[in-house]
Amino acid sequence: MSEDEEGGTRVVQLPSGERLLPPVPGTARAPLGQPAPPAAHPPVQGVAVVVGSRPVSAYTELTIEAPDIAETAAPGQFVAFAVGGPTSSMLLRRSIAIAGVGEGRFSVVVSARAEGSTWLATRRPGDEVDVVGPLGRPFPLPPEGTPALLVGGGYGAAALVGLGGLLRARGHEVAAVVGAGDQARLCSVDDLAAVAAPFVVTTDDGSTGRAGRVTEPVAELVSGAGVVYACGPMPMLAAVAGLATDRGVPSWVAVEESMACGVGVCMTCVLPVVGADGRSRFARSCTEGPVFAGDRVRFADVGTLPPDLVGADAMQLAHAVPEEGETP
Amino acid sequence: MTTLPEVLPSVDMQASIGGVPVVSPVLTASGCSSFGRELDPFFDLTAIGAVVTKSVQLRPRSGRATPRMAETPSGMINSIGLQGPGIDGLLADELPWLAERGVRSFVSIAGARTEDFAELAARLRGAPGVLGIEVNISCPNVESRGEVFACNPDASAAVVAAVREAADPAHPVYAKLTPDVTDIVSVARACADAGANGLSMINTLLGLVIDPDTMRPVLGGVTGGLSGPAIRPVALRCVWQVHAALPNVPILGMGGIRTGLDALQFVLAGAGAVSVGTAVFNDPSAPARIHDELAEALGERGFGRLADAVGYAHRAPDEGPPGRHA
Repeated sequence: MSEDEEGGTRVVQLPSGERLLPPVPGTARAPLGQPAPPAAHPPVQGVAVVVGSRPVSAYTELTIEAPDIAETAAPGQFVAFAVGGPTSSMLLRRSIAIAGVGEGRFSVVVSARAEGSTWLATRRPGDEVDVVGPLGRPFPLPPEGTPALLVGGGYGAAALVGLGGLLRARGHEVAAVVGAGDQARLCSVDDLAAVAAPFVVTTDDGSTGRAGRVTEPVAELVSGAGVVYACGPMPMLAAVAGLATDRGVPSWVAVEESMACGVGVCMTCVLPVVGADGRSRFARSCTEGPVFAGDRVRFADVGTLPPDLVGADAMQLAHAVPEEGETP
Repeated sequence: MTTLPEVLPSVDMQASIGGVPVVSPVLTASGCSSFGRELDPFFDLTAIGAVVTKSVQLRPRSGRATPRMAETPSGMINSIGLQGPGIDGLLADELPWLAERGVRSFVSIAGARTEDFAELAARLRGAPGVLGIEVNISCPNVESRGEVFACNPDASAAVVAAVREAADPAHPVYAKLTPDVTDIVSVARACADAGANGLSMINTLLGLVIDPDTMRPVLGGVTGGLSGPAIRPVALRCVWQVHAALPNVPILGMGGIRTGLDALQFVLAGAGAVSVGTAVFNDPSAPARIHDELAEALGERGFGRLADAVGYAHRAPDEGPPGRHA
C-alpha cells in the first residue's frame, strides 16, 4: 500500500527545529492514549506439535498444541518461531501474531514470502516447532459498552480475530473493515464477519468488496466508534490512526516491524514512539509493542532518525582517534 | 545425539574472569542480551558467568534508523548504533535490577574519546553486582568507521590504560577486539601491555547486504556488523593466534557459538570463558543450554575441570591423549 495522505505526520516542526506533537495549531491538545500495559504472563519457550494446517486464501493457517502459550495469550500478542530445524542456517526467529486460541492450542496465519516463512508454512500435522510466546503487549480493552471498530490489512486481519470475539463476548458492538491488495490476500474474512456488523471488505483492485483502500469505509465508520483497533501494513496503520485521532477517537495499532529475536534483546524492531513522559524514543515493537496507542507512533518518521528523539544528539559524535604518528 | 553413560563424572565448571571466580564459563555477549532482564523468563541468570551488558556510553543514544538488521547465511548483520540509556540509566535502572537478583554483570562501555571510557569506568566504581568491565573499542557501528580504536594498537592501548587507571581495582578490565585488522596479535599485545586483565574476542566483522529488489544497501547504516556461526572460524583463529602469542592473558572467546561443542573449540583454542551472542536470538535459553552441553562435552573427553581444557589444542603433537586431569 502506498502512503496515504491521511496518514501524514502528526508532528509539527517549529521554526526553531523543535518538534511538537498534535494538536494542529488552533485546536485543543487532547491527551495522548496511554501506552499499552505489559502482558500479565511472561513468555515461555518450548517445542510444540503442529496439529493442523490449512490453506487460507494466499496464506497458511497453522494450529499448534501449546497449552502454556494458549492459556495465557491475549489478543494482540504474538509468538516467535525458530525456522529450519536445529542446524538451520536461518538464525532469526519469525514473529507472527496469534490469530486464535482454544483447547490448549493456538493458531497463526503464515504468509510464505521467503525461505524461512515458507519452511514454516510447509509444516504438517505431527511436525515439531520451537516456539516462544506469548510475546508483546496485548490490545487494551475498552470501557464497558464502548463500540469498537476493527481494521485489518492483509494477513494482519488475523491478529484481530481473537479481539473481535472477546469484545463481542463482553457485550461490545463491533464493526470491522478488512482490506487487501486483491481477493487472494484478504484474510480472516469469515471469522471477522461472524463477530462484526457492519462488516466491510475492500480490495485495491476491486476483485471483491469495495474497490479501494480501507480508509474510505473507516472514515465513514470511525465517528460511530469509541475505539479503533488496527493491524496491517505501516501505511495503513498510519492512515487509520490518523483518521481516528482527527475525530478524537482513541486507537490501538499492532505494528509489523522486522524482528530478529522477538523477546526484546536485539533492538532491531524499533520505531519512533512518544513515551509516557511526552518524549520520543526508538521503542521496541516486541516488548514495548506490538500494540501502541495510534497517536503515539510517529509513522511519518519510521525509517528515519528524528532529531528530537532522546539520544539522537549523541549519534553525531565523531571518534577522536589520533592520526598515525600523532601522540594520543 | 550420542547416548550418555549412566553416570558422568561431574566437571568442575568454575571459571575466572581476570582472576575473579565465576560459577560458569558461559556469559552472554554484549549487544545480544540487552541488560539481561528480558532473558529472565528463559533461564536462571545467576547460573551463568555473567550478563555482559549492551555497551553503554556517557549519554543516552537513540541508535540508528531502521532497517537495522538483515539475516545472512548462518548469521546476520546489524547496525543498531549502540542504542542505550547512557551511564545514568544503567546505574539507576539496569544494574540494580541485576544486583537485586544476584546476577553478575560484566559492563561493556563505549565512547568516542579516551576520556569518555575513563569516565565511564570511574562511574562504575562501587556499582552493585559489577564483575568487571569490557571495553568496547571495536564496535563497527560508529560514526567514523575507519577510526575504530581497536584497529590501532596505540589508540587501543591509550583507552585500556585510561580505563585501568580509572576503574575500581577490583574490576577486571577486558578489551574487546575486532577481527578486522591485519595483525590482531599486535593489538592484543598492546592492550595487555597497557594493563588489560583480559581480552574479549571477537566483535563483529564489518559486512554489507544489498537488496536485489531495491538495489540499495538493506541497512539504514549501509554497512553493519556480521555475527553468528558464519564468523566462528574467524573468531576461533583469533583466539588461537592470541593465546599462542600471549598464553598468560585470559581470553573471553566469542563469535558464532551456538552449541557446547562450539564453546569447547574456543576453550581448547585458549579461551577461559565464552560469550554467547547471536545464538540467543535463535534460542533465548542458549547460554544455560551451552553451559550444560559444554560440561557434558568436557566430561566425555575426560576433563575433570574446565580449567584443564583451556588451550589444550595447543599441546605438542607428541603429548598423549587427555587423561583424567586431577
